[in-house]
Amino acid sequence: MTTPPEATPRTPTGAPGSLENTATGGIGASPLRPDGTLKVTGEFAYSSDLWMDDMLWGVTLRSPHPFARIRAVNIGEALATPGVFAVLTADDVPGRNIYGLELSDQPVLAKDVVRYQGEAVALVAANHPEIARQAAKRIRVDYQVWEPVTDARDALGHPNWNRLHDDPAEDVELSRSAAPIHPKGNLVRHLKIRKGDPEARADVVVSGEYSVGMQDQAFLGPESGLAVPDDQGGVDLYVATQWLHVDQRQLCTALDLPPEQVRLTLAGVGGAFGGREDLSMHVHGCMLALRTGKPVKMVYNREESFFGHVHRHPAEMRYEHGATRDGRLVFVNCDLYFDGGAYASSTPAVVGNGGTMGIGPYVVPNVRVDAYGVYTNNPPCGAMRGFGSVQTAYAYEAQMDKLAAELGIDPVELRVLNAMEEGSVTPHGQVVDSAAPVAELLRRLQAMPLPAPRGDDIRGLPGGVSNTTHGEGVKRGVGYAVTYKNVAFSEGFDDHSTARVRVEAAGGKPVAVVHTAAAEVGQGLVTVEQQICRTELGIDDVIVHPKNTDVGSGGSTSASRQTYMTGGAVKLACEAVRYGVLSLAAEKLGRPIPGARLADGDVVSDSEGVLISIADVLGDGAVEETREHHHRPTQELDEETGQGFAHVQYSFSAHRAVVDVDVDLGLLKVVELACSQDVGKALNPQAVEGQIQGGSTQGMGLAIMEEIVVRDAKIRNPSFTDYLIPTILDTPRMPIDVLEYADPHAPYGLRGVGEAPTISSGPAVTAAIRQATGLPLTRVPVRPEHITGT
Amino acid sequence: MRITATVNGQHREIDDVWEGESLLYVLRERMGLPGSKNACEQGECGSCTVYLDGVAACACLVAGGQIEGRDVVTVEGLAGDDGLHPVQQAFLEAGAVQCGFCTPGLIVQTHDLLSRVDNPSDPEIREALAGNLCRCTGYEKILDAVRLAAGRMAGSDR
Repeated sequence: MTTPPEATPRTPTGAPGSLENTATGGIGASPLRPDGTLKVTGEFAYSSDLWMDDMLWGVTLRSPHPFARIRAVNIGEALATPGVFAVLTADDVPGRNIYGLELSDQPVLAKDVVRYQGEAVALVAANHPEIARQAAKRIRVDYQVWEPVTDARDALGHPNWNRLHDDPAEDVELSRSAAPIHPKGNLVRHLKIRKGDPEARADVVVSGEYSVGMQDQAFLGPESGLAVPDDQGGVDLYVATQWLHVDQRQLCTALDLPPEQVRLTLAGVGGAFGGREDLSMHVHGCMLALRTGKPVKMVYNREESFFGHVHRHPAEMRYEHGATRDGRLVFVNCDLYFDGGAYASSTPAVVGNGGTMGIGPYVVPNVRVDAYGVYTNNPPCGAMRGFGSVQTAYAYEAQMDKLAAELGIDPVELRVLNAMEEGSVTPHGQVVDSAAPVAELLRRLQAMPLPAPRGDDIRGLPGGVSNTTHGEGVKRGVGYAVTYKNVAFSEGFDDHSTARVRVEAAGGKPVAVVHTAAAEVGQGLVTVEQQICRTELGIDDVIVHPKNTDVGSGGSTSASRQTYMTGGAVKLACEAVRYGVLSLAAEKLGRPIPGARLADGDVVSDSEGVLISIADVLGDGAVEETREHHHRPTQELDEETGQGFAHVQYSFSAHRAVVDVDVDLGLLKVVELACSQDVGKALNPQAVEGQIQGGSTQGMGLAIMEEIVVRDAKIRNPSFTDYLIPTILDTPRMPIDVLEYADPHAPYGLRGVGEAPTISSGPAVTAAIRQATGLPLTRVPVRPEHITGT
Repeated sequence: MRITATVNGQHREIDDVWEGESLLYVLRERMGLPGSKNACEQGECGSCTVYLDGVAACACLVAGGQIEGRDVVTVEGLAGDDGLHPVQQAFLEAGAVQCGFCTPGLIVQTHDLLSRVDNPSDPEIREALAGNLCRCTGYEKILDAVRLAAGRMAGSDR
């Protein structure tokens, strides 16, 4: 087994790191969350908990049809309902009736056409939520129903998947067999990657087709918020979101108001996972509040939530892997179809990730990737943790196992043989310029002890407490998977973060206040912001200011980027504040202080010890600094070859899954899901573990149970009764091995943690099921009937 | 209608309740007790778990009117004057809280488990908490929290 160099501390245990001036609860420690006490006592104010005197309740009327013309909307009866204060339609949108994260293509309220089941058509505000719901039912919408376009390849007019003489991807004619859902056609993005020799030949070739179903973020806190009008025509919105400033931009356009009149404050967020990147009730709530002059609260119920946010793109993928007889990859060709549903959301970026990282963390000289994002009338898809990489990992890791079997090589050995490392070049031509411990992650997993053979306790068997087996027909499989994922936004986007840090004295002690607009969605950014301030300023008492648009953008809480980007901004602001405090100290002492630093609330130097307390330096004054943190610039990808320095940083993880399968009943028990991951530097080891375990569980969920079932473009299971997420009974023990190879480009050397484990866990679980059953299993989630063949 | 009940040890009278309102709605929107959470409102997620006459129940599945004359304890009623209940403290310390939306329900359910079973085994914990969905943690640190709380509470009179 290889080990990291001596100089690199690794495997966090909660002990402080080697940095000097580490205050209690600084980076490398796992202090308690500042919002934790409120959360365990039920006092934390989530976006659905907000309340004001005299507030109204808003509800949304949604289309029952996936594709239809709206001939007329009659609101008369609804408006006449006692208790109703307003009924609004597309004609009432004050500004532009169009918005979107990357492309503006989605109406605030549908006008003329609805393109998916659940599209918002009208709004009602009333003095009781049930009155509002009843009134919404009295809105008469006259629809001319059209046949929906339900298949991504059909939407492109692409020949059928399995036709013998498939047309080359470049020749695809837009919308040949289907009417365009959008005026310019149904193609959202086609990413082409061309590396090496397109005609490369290999000793051994394996090919396969793979499908991934539509996954839901299933955050527990439903979409909700409170919009409060001021008396100047502006509005304050308290909302659960992932990026306040991108919401504000879209709100200003839709409401036709300047940013000063659309102020956002982050309400408590009950999970996000990508599902809160797009707007939900934001504009609707503000429209109702501005129209009625009263505060308006909107809270989706679980069914509406399934229609109220975008999902993970379902994908159809075809791969061809060529290798030498001794197992060196020669080429990989693949075609990837991401069904974006009715509106673009973040489909272009999902295609970018899916395409650029679509062959996995392996070195391959010749690569062709064609990745498509497509409009259909299915539910809109956009961001979900793993973002384009989750889908492709199922396919490329299945292919690696298939190739290993064909070559008679152990699957882990084949991966190690072809593993990316520092200095490797990706399919999009980017040199990996920091640690890439792909082989080591796999080796470390191999070295971890396997779980004990199954015992007699039936609660540990597939079917568990339902007493479906006593072990007969149960077979165990072990599977491995490894992945990599970009951190922060890519392809030339400057997603900077802003932080304001202020230090003042209170009661003779220094207090720091850290103010960012970066959304805390549960991951623990608020804790990390405090930790960075403690370490950089030597001040224990750090207050996290409420997150709002009074400070510059924090960028999105997505792409595993907030500790890197906003953490980096807090660090920069702290450094500026520290400089200010030390300058004041020198002024106060009337002399320069060589080697001065801040520690334990004092200005100290190694030679002179404590010189003066920070509180005495500040007196009644304060030092406040605001800084932006920009990551290194990236490039757009070349239109024809897909080459370019597109990604800021990579994060690597690997999983080993052990699964028991009842091959007679098709029931599964994931026995253990071990993860090794390189996190660069664990700023908060406990939170890092929480991210890895939570992410691993979501990945496992897609492998074995989670799917939004869509038929005829309609969601068939919009409830937690029918859309299953893993319970504590479904979730296994998850041992973790964390590596810390510093990335020299990143603050503290850290790597974004949150997404990679969501990507590699499911493919490992699927591989284990394949090993147990001997079945190809080319579609996830794997269902009992896939195992029993019934 | 008017509802009269004991909630977190206090006598409460709530007027103008519509008959269709759930206990969850009455707690959250009429009594100023939003700690019980509205994740699914269909009895699947456990985030609204409360005690009704000492029995853990999903508040979303109980009609508001059904608490007439009865005793309700919510997550807001668990901490004592001397600070957090050991179950709350353990969830906080073990890292069992991320977004926290499942936390109130899990804390009430764990409180119930540990009031019945002294040192539950892992399979017992998993079975007891099987009705509480968490989307953030992968449950490992929730198990840690329950074990931690059980250890601290063992021998005490709870």
